[in-house]
Amino acid sequence: MYSDKVIDHYSNPRNVGEIENASGIGQVGNPVCGDIMKMYIKVEEDIIKDATFKTFGCGAAIATSSVATEIIKGKTIEEALKLTNKEVVDELEGLPSAKVHCSVLAEEAIREAIADYYRKQGEKSEAEIKEICGLKDEKECPHCDLENSGDE
Amino acid sequence: MRRVYLDNASTTKVDEEVLNAILPYLKEEYGNPSSIYSIGRNAKKAIEDAREKIAKVLNAEPTEIFFTGSGSESCNMAVRGIANSYKDRGNHIITSKIEHPAVLETCKALEKDGFQITYIPVNEEGIIDLDGLREAITNETILITIMYANNEIGTLQPIKEIGEIARKHNIFFHTDAVQAFGTIKIDVKGLGIDLLSLSGHKLYAPKGVGALYLRKGIKLKKVLTGGHQERDKRAGTENVTGIVGLGKATELAYENIESTNKKIQELREYYISEVVKRIPHIKVNGDLEKRLPGNSNISFRYIEGESLLLNLDIKGICASSGSACTSGSLDPSHVLLALGLSHEIAHGSLRVTIGKDNTKEDIDYLLDNLEEVVQRLRNMSPLYNG
Ligand SMILES: Cc1ncc(COP(=O)(O)O)c(C=O)c1O
Repeated sequence: MYSDKVIDHYSNPRNVGEIENASGIGQVGNPVCGDIMKMYIKVEEDIIKDATFKTFGCGAAIATSSVATEIIKGKTIEEALKLTNKEVVDELEGLPSAKVHCSVLAEEAIREAIADYYRKQGEKSEAEIKEICGLKDEKECPHCDLENSGDE
Repeated sequence: MRRVYLDNASTTKVDEEVLNAILPYLKEEYGNPSSIYSIGRNAKKAIEDAREKIAKVLNAEPTEIFFTGSGSESCNMAVRGIANSYKDRGNHIITSKIEHPAVLETCKALEKDGFQITYIPVNEEGIIDLDGLREAITNETILITIMYANNEIGTLQPIKEIGEIARKHNIFFHTDAVQAFGTIKIDVKGLGIDLLSLSGHKLYAPKGVGALYLRKGIKLKKVLTGGHQERDKRAGTENVTGIVGLGKATELAYENIESTNKKIQELREYYISEVVKRIPHIKVNGDLEKRLPGNSNISFRYIEGESLLLNLDIKGICASSGSACTSGSLDPSHVLLALGLSHEIAHGSLRVTIGKDNTKEDIDYLLDNLEEVVQRLRNMSPLYNG
């Protein structure tokens, strides 16, 4: 069901944890659906020096978080914003179709972390941030229509 | 690598004695049971021996036992069969919210065909509400179908009381005993059961064979049409090896039932008490008394079941979970939700089901790895502030 790469990443995930004084933090998903991803980034001179995650979720959720943080480390913010969920899937040598939403969550978590970074910088308006980071208006679970209770 | 199999509610390993009983029917006695020559007659005789063995432990007549291709098929035959044969009497069926899909989905399909279905709730411990059942009965009710033991949380339903209620109102009573058969002594006559489904692979017989007990005098429209096998109730050349295996497994299960159950239950109690001692933030799901001896179902807060299973699998441990990711749907187990658990808690459930071949070493190996894996996943979880 899972590729060797996915198995490698959920059994030995990279970049687990928090970053103290992170430049940006993004969280997506909800416990009702069974997955939450929280990404932390450290940005210096427009470059993502460090990226870590904490994830509640299935093997694919852990593997996509792990691989996504690996991909964006060392990239510029602009490059990181170009990351698509497909790249995450490809890097993992494929995901079962029922698990593709995990890669969408990983992409969204990164966008949220970068948006948080911009907000902390205080130089851009919310509208600009939304535009640049491609944030969706409705924050909802991408794979089900259960209401997001916001509970933690 | 060491393999520790603790998913015996999912399926079981074929018993060595069962295997030996089956082999002659693959090698020498391979005739079609409907054929008149000796190897056909011998196969037929083997089927009838198995039928007698099953009838005996259920306190039924051999002519009341019909072999099928699975537990699911037995449930379909029973529920659809009664619905189709007795729709003149009424169009209402009562079942529970925690049935296996074999019954639940069959009821849903009948709902589309115009039947009315009442799904009785269960309490927090997973036991159905008998008053709710009494109140649900109408003049239209033709069938009550309630499982004997639940496959996820192992809870045992008040079958005798249900049987009495059904009898009093002249309603047929089917019970899905797939999890109970082989572990619980069942007297269909004493319990007022009209139809009962069972399956071979839960009691150390092969997969792909089941049986239906159908009380004498009840009509049942055929679901599978074709030849006249199984006294014209179920078409298809009999699965001789499966049936022989089921017969042998039944005999073995009931020969040793007390000692096996005692051993299994001790291991289960040891497992649960150790988890309670060693791992914080857990919830044990389902009634602890009215329960199959080998079943445990525990939710580990702040983590998700599939990742737990995958990490246990790395250590060679086989178990299961009611998380959405393992149920193949978007929602976690309907059984755990019916207990009133939140989605989050249901996602973090682990079902460990102990079988006759498990040892204390198996449980210790599980416990050590579980403690480690749960902590690792919690450290990774944004919900956990340890
Ligand atoms: C309670 C219950 N009913 C029905 C079934 C279906 O049996 P089978 O796998 O033989 O179709 C199972 C097994 O998964 C079960 O646990």
